[in-house]
Amino acid sequence: MSQAVTTAPESANAGSGVGRGLSRYLHRHSHVRLGLLLSSPVAWLVILYLGSLANMILASFWQLAPFTGDIVKTFSLSNFQTLLTAEVYRNVAFRSLGIAVAVTLIDLLIALPIAFFAAKVVQSSRVRYAIVIASTMPLWAGYLVKGYAWRIMLDNNGVLDWALQPLGIKGPGLGLPATILALAYLWLPYMILPIYAGLERIPTSLTDASSDLGASAGFTFRTVVLPLLAPAVIAGSIFTFSLSLGDYIMVKIVGGTTQMFANIVYDNIGVAGNLPFAAAAATFPILVVVGYLWAVRKTGALENL
Amino acid sequence: MTLSARAKWLIGAFAAAGLSFIYIPLMVVIVNSFNSSKVFSWPPTSFTTIWWEKALANDGVRRALWTSVQAGVGATVIALLLGTALSFALVRYDFFGRNTLNFLVVLPISLPGIVTGIALNSSFTNVLQPLGINLGLFTVVLGHATFCIVVVFNNVSARLRRMGTSLEEASSDLGASMWQTFRFITFPTVRSALVAGALLAFALSFDEIVVTTFTSGPGVETLPQWIFNNLFRPNQGPIVNAVAALLLVIFIAPVWLAQRLSGSETHAGGRV
Repeated sequence: MSQAVTTAPESANAGSGVGRGLSRYLHRHSHVRLGLLLSSPVAWLVILYLGSLANMILASFWQLAPFTGDIVKTFSLSNFQTLLTAEVYRNVAFRSLGIAVAVTLIDLLIALPIAFFAAKVVQSSRVRYAIVIASTMPLWAGYLVKGYAWRIMLDNNGVLDWALQPLGIKGPGLGLPATILALAYLWLPYMILPIYAGLERIPTSLTDASSDLGASAGFTFRTVVLPLLAPAVIAGSIFTFSLSLGDYIMVKIVGGTTQMFANIVYDNIGVAGNLPFAAAAATFPILVVVGYLWAVRKTGALENL
Repeated sequence: MTLSARAKWLIGAFAAAGLSFIYIPLMVVIVNSFNSSKVFSWPPTSFTTIWWEKALANDGVRRALWTSVQAGVGATVIALLLGTALSFALVRYDFFGRNTLNFLVVLPISLPGIVTGIALNSSFTNVLQPLGINLGLFTVVLGHATFCIVVVFNNVSARLRRMGTSLEEASSDLGASMWQTFRFITFPTVRSALVAGALLAFALSFDEIVVTTFTSGPGVETLPQWIFNNLFRPNQGPIVNAVAALLLVIFIAPVWLAQRLSGSETHAGGRV
């Protein structure tokens, strides 16, 4: 709001004198307005959220007393040592990273044609809008509903086995492929939305100029569209990657005996009651996700979320 | 770019395949909720509505539904207040730490739910429990509000950026007080973004299970928790399926409404 105007005409019926004075005071002091706006959200995010995170990271340096099971609050790196040296944790960490990358690639492959068709091929804006709504509506269908859906799709003698029966083959059943498929399904709309928005922002004049100058459609796509689309793709990948990395529920529903990294965190806090070790394990996804966000912050991806 | 008819057809075919990938599993859940078989078997041989009746009459389902509604409303109210204030501050002002704050709002939905869950759980048990506040519906609301803020924030920020400040400047140039400008100019412009943000925040909270697991105490069970707890019990199968189908139906309405209200600017920023 402009700072130039300092007096309002007397005729304006701005209510009581006190309210008027307050209104005028706030109008003149923009830093007070800013302070009032910021105080509660910042308090919430910094004290409640960041404070809790910091507290958890602190707890990751503590240990569980061997016999009593009490938490011993002395600084030590032993939790991290165990995590880094034990082969089982390393395997699960790499498996989780692999799953997260696979999910992101699958989502990209499915999202690109849908978004491109809606943004650049369809002429009618009503059809375009309908496709966008149709592909994002399932975002809200419910996590467990979708988990349940893939369980009955992929389970032994499930829907997929029935559909593949005439071909004489069976579906993958429950396990690692099922986990990747179900996670890709879960986060797909998060990839479609930013890519569609990104494609819409690319002016037709640019692609027209490219083809006027003799570029083929494929060449235009690679050299004009894709570079401009990169922030949107990265924005989508933030969701598909980090949400897959931290998941432990879908793998319980469709993964059979497959374990992901977050299962280690969950089992340590739930079954074993070992908060320090769970907290240490939880720093792995935090580091990966924060590192990823930090690496892409300059690409403009965060504004595309 | 000029696409050949064949390329257009090919892209269309891929898009259609993608859309059927999205919808087939959901259709299966709805069809299977009318499957009269007690244990899962596909394809259904006969149909019944008995599982819907049993699901709607189930005490556990009703109690869990009510808990979820309360948690969702509480979290949405907090998210509306905090998210709106934050978006005004970040869009309309430039100050030290603005980018960091922008980063901080996104953090609760970008970090895995289990991280937020454990962090809040240990804070709640260490700080609130000594004060006599045990884990329960209240702590669930606090947890959900933390990641719902960003949904409201995204919707309102997008609207504020689009509307600019010229109307408000005109209003105060013409002598309106700050309150009048807010009441007659600012609020009507952001109203539909607020409603859209609130609906999405509610939907996000309604569906959440991970943070809920860590912030709810004994005796508090939201609908997603009920589903998860009953998912692996074979004799509950048909009822779980009917509840899932019911959720599919009631989820469509508010989200469809939210998308109508905010047009293409709706930000789905959210997670489980």
